[in-house]
Amino acid sequence: MKIRTITTALAAAVLASVAPADEDADLVVEGETLITRAPAPAHVENLTEVLSGWLFRSDETQALQTDDFDNPGMIFVDQALDTWDEVDGAAGKACASCHEDPSSLAGVRTTMPKVNEDGELWAMEDYVNDCRTTRMEAEPWKWESQDMLNMTALVSLQSRGMPMNVAIDGPAQSYWEQGKEMYYTRYGQLDMACANCHEDNYGNMIRADHLSQGQINGFPVYRLKWAGLGSIHRRFKGCMENIRAEPFKRGSDEFTALELYLASRGEGLSVEGPSVRN
Amino acid sequence: MVRISGAVLIALLAAGPAGAEVVAPQQVIFDDGAVPSSLTGVPGNAEVGRTIAVDRKLGNCLACHENTDLAAEPFHGEVAPPLDGVADRWSEAELRGILINSKMMFEGTIMPAFYRDTGYSRILPDFEGMTILDAQQVEDVLAYLLTLTE
Ligand code: HEC
Repeated sequence: MKIRTITTALAAAVLASVAPADEDADLVVEGETLITRAPAPAHVENLTEVLSGWLFRSDETQALQTDDFDNPGMIFVDQALDTWDEVDGAAGKACASCHEDPSSLAGVRTTMPKVNEDGELWAMEDYVNDCRTTRMEAEPWKWESQDMLNMTALVSLQSRGMPMNVAIDGPAQSYWEQGKEMYYTRYGQLDMACANCHEDNYGNMIRADHLSQGQINGFPVYRLKWAGLGSIHRRFKGCMENIRAEPFKRGSDEFTALELYLASRGEGLSVEGPSVRN
Repeated sequence: MVRISGAVLIALLAAGPAGAEVVAPQQVIFDDGAVPSSLTGVPGNAEVGRTIAVDRKLGNCLACHENTDLAAEPFHGEVAPPLDGVADRWSEAELRGILINSKMMFEGTIMPAFYRDTGYSRILPDFEGMTILDAQQVEDVLAYLLTLTE
């Protein structure tokens, strides 16, 4: 605890010299302080520190996330709690039949995406749908469906405060390499890579947008612009369209690999889902 | 038939003085990142260029650059050096080169190439084979940049 306090104080001092005041704020949700700044892990070559996107938002947006009654994403968590107990599919099961209380899934979000038993990289959505089709014998949910967003928000909430910690070695390594390569690839007519904005220019304004590091520890996110929850892959799609690039599909192998690489860039940051952003 | 060729002729005339050819993106010749000759032979219009520089779907220069001359416009970016005084720092040929494809001047830059139509990865079909600005728009923005002296 002591070490973390010192690191945070140092980080705050560094930030204070370059950034506006709200980047120094502490994210305290329902009395618990979340880790929004952490030393960059060794596999992130060009950063010394990793910073939650929360730090880059306005005071008003920041405030919405500090109280679960104000956080508009929480309504959807409540909806998922109902779904959790509802039997669906030919096997006559609900989530609760196997997992009992949602809290049994604490920690899951910190490890996503993760390689499955068959060696395939799966995002949380894939695991949810595997439960639905294999064990419940129910229809899979669409990636960006309300049911899926609600459920990933509920599952993420069980890990709130826990540091992101995805596996990037062994069977995950080739996926991680693929994601890393994408991160540095320029796409679209504007010919920009993720790194151009989120590594080289975080903290700077690009027209009206305050560029963050593009961390994904807060997903699924309640975005004020969307007036609803959205998935990580939806955000990727939006960024690609902004640079006039043909996006990959939500749930595609490419976006899942990119998700793994980004998750690894946020190692040490608290899970915040459902977070609030503008 | 006669009418149609008439229309074509007018279109050609409108694009430039008789005989002047628009230089296609792939025909542009760079000299150390600079492009000495006009893309169209038609002098740029600085007023039009100023509007293009602001337009989010065209130049959108303010996304990255601050510019005191455009102080009335909201939200100037902080990603790039301010455009104030660029005409003192760079020649006309250099500025044309920077606009056409700044990567020829600044290796690895984030700044998009405004007059390049190939070599993109996963470009949206709507923009396939197209440049961000057309040749005359490049000359117009150039004329505007040349007014930015200190
Ligand atoms: C996505 C960001 C971005 C956009 C959009 C952009 N630029 Fe740039 N521009 C840069 C960066 C960054 C540099 C500095 C060169 C470098 O190191 O990359 C630069 C450099 C320049 C320079 C040289 C400036 C100097 O003083 O050295 C000029 C001139 C310029 N840009 C003009 C423009 C114009 C005109 C537009 C709009 C038509 C534009 N830029 C759009 C990012 C951008």
